[in-house]
Amino acid sequence: MADIGAQETPKKGGKKTLKKRVVRIDMTPMVDLMCLLITFFMLTTAFSKPKIMEIVLPEKIKSEKEKVEAPKIAKSRTLNVILGPENKVLWYTGMVEDTKNPPPLQVTDFGPNGIRQLLLERNRALFRKIDQFNKDVISGKINIKRDSLEAAIRQLKNEDDTGPIVLIKAYKKSTYGNFVDILDEMSIVGIARYAIVDISWIEEQMVEKTLGITPEPVKNK
Amino acid sequence: MPKIKLPTKQPFIDMTPMVDLFSLLLVFFILTATFRQNEPAPVDTPFSIAEKPIPDFNNMTIVISNDNRIFFNVDNGPDTLLKFRPKILAEVGKYYNIEFTEDELRTFEKFPTSIGVPIEKMKEFLNATDKMQRDALQTGIPTDSLNNQLATWILCTRKVNPNVVASIKGDAKIEYPIVKKVLDILQDKNVNRFNLVTNLEAVKIEEETIQ
Repeated sequence: MADIGAQETPKKGGKKTLKKRVVRIDMTPMVDLMCLLITFFMLTTAFSKPKIMEIVLPEKIKSEKEKVEAPKIAKSRTLNVILGPENKVLWYTGMVEDTKNPPPLQVTDFGPNGIRQLLLERNRALFRKIDQFNKDVISGKINIKRDSLEAAIRQLKNEDDTGPIVLIKAYKKSTYGNFVDILDEMSIVGIARYAIVDISWIEEQMVEKTLGITPEPVKNK
Repeated sequence: MPKIKLPTKQPFIDMTPMVDLFSLLLVFFILTATFRQNEPAPVDTPFSIAEKPIPDFNNMTIVISNDNRIFFNVDNGPDTLLKFRPKILAEVGKYYNIEFTEDELRTFEKFPTSIGVPIEKMKEFLNATDKMQRDALQTGIPTDSLNNQLATWILCTRKVNPNVVASIKGDAKIEYPIVKKVLDILQDKNVNRFNLVTNLEAVKIEEETIQ
């Protein structure tokens, strides 16, 4: 472990000098131990903290008294996005007016040319505005405090009146991952107005018809 | 011929700089360590571009595992003296007429992971001695409309700690209706603002793609 390496050089002069001794300590066991501890800490440390995505849902109306009239939205601006099974996304514009003859559903996915392309196309004006704003902030054209940046972007979104109003509906076989993905697309593309809406029976039927799913028989309760 | 005698002395490597380096790394890791909690069920959270980190306190988490079990977790509050966890359990116990002893409350306070035990089994769970026994009891919190214990947990948590924020940590593979059910329960209890726990994924849109 530790040894004393004596450097002995015989002297002829007969002078008595103290022998110089170099004390060496073997550090190898200490290194071993430290390696072990470092490995332990590296493996148990959670480096990346999980992130959160904030969502706010409208308050639930519990009594007739609280009932307010639903906001009227333009039909042409409405974009219905339905999350389907197997990572498929279906969409149509407007609303179902005639249940006998529903509008055709378009099938797309979460790929690079999928739903994002569609949303970008619809939301181009606002996306450009936000993008330009961000660039101006980075290049220093607009002088704004860091903490009011978010509020400024929210302001831009509020003023927007050309972008689509996206209604997100989830078919019963869609996954939670898809749900988060679509909310994510909303923030990537900078959609100003979107809502999470329950799917209606006619839309369920439309999904089943488009994708060729035979609906499960309704259980008698 | 005389043999060449090799020196028998062993080569000696000075390990001191290595030790220096390792101690530095060790100190770094000890100081930055936030221990990964061992969850009762594996949950692969979906990816998103959200960059906000999860808050350290005033946070209640509803975990939905990929076998559709629901777990609940709440932190002890910003100050350890507040002892929110045992207070919440006592409150939930009162709701179901179950009295918990001091020891049981203390065990619950110290218990590090989320809990997926029906309240009737909670006493058994807290007094269990080994992990196998505990895992067998983690059958998920009931959410039926007749026996909605998750709603009681949320209600009692909000009663004890009014500043609490709900987070939903779900597996990416679970089907939407169960998430919808949890959202409905939260909304019934007037929780309209909540967080979805995700992992970070970098996404960038190039200007050209929108031309």
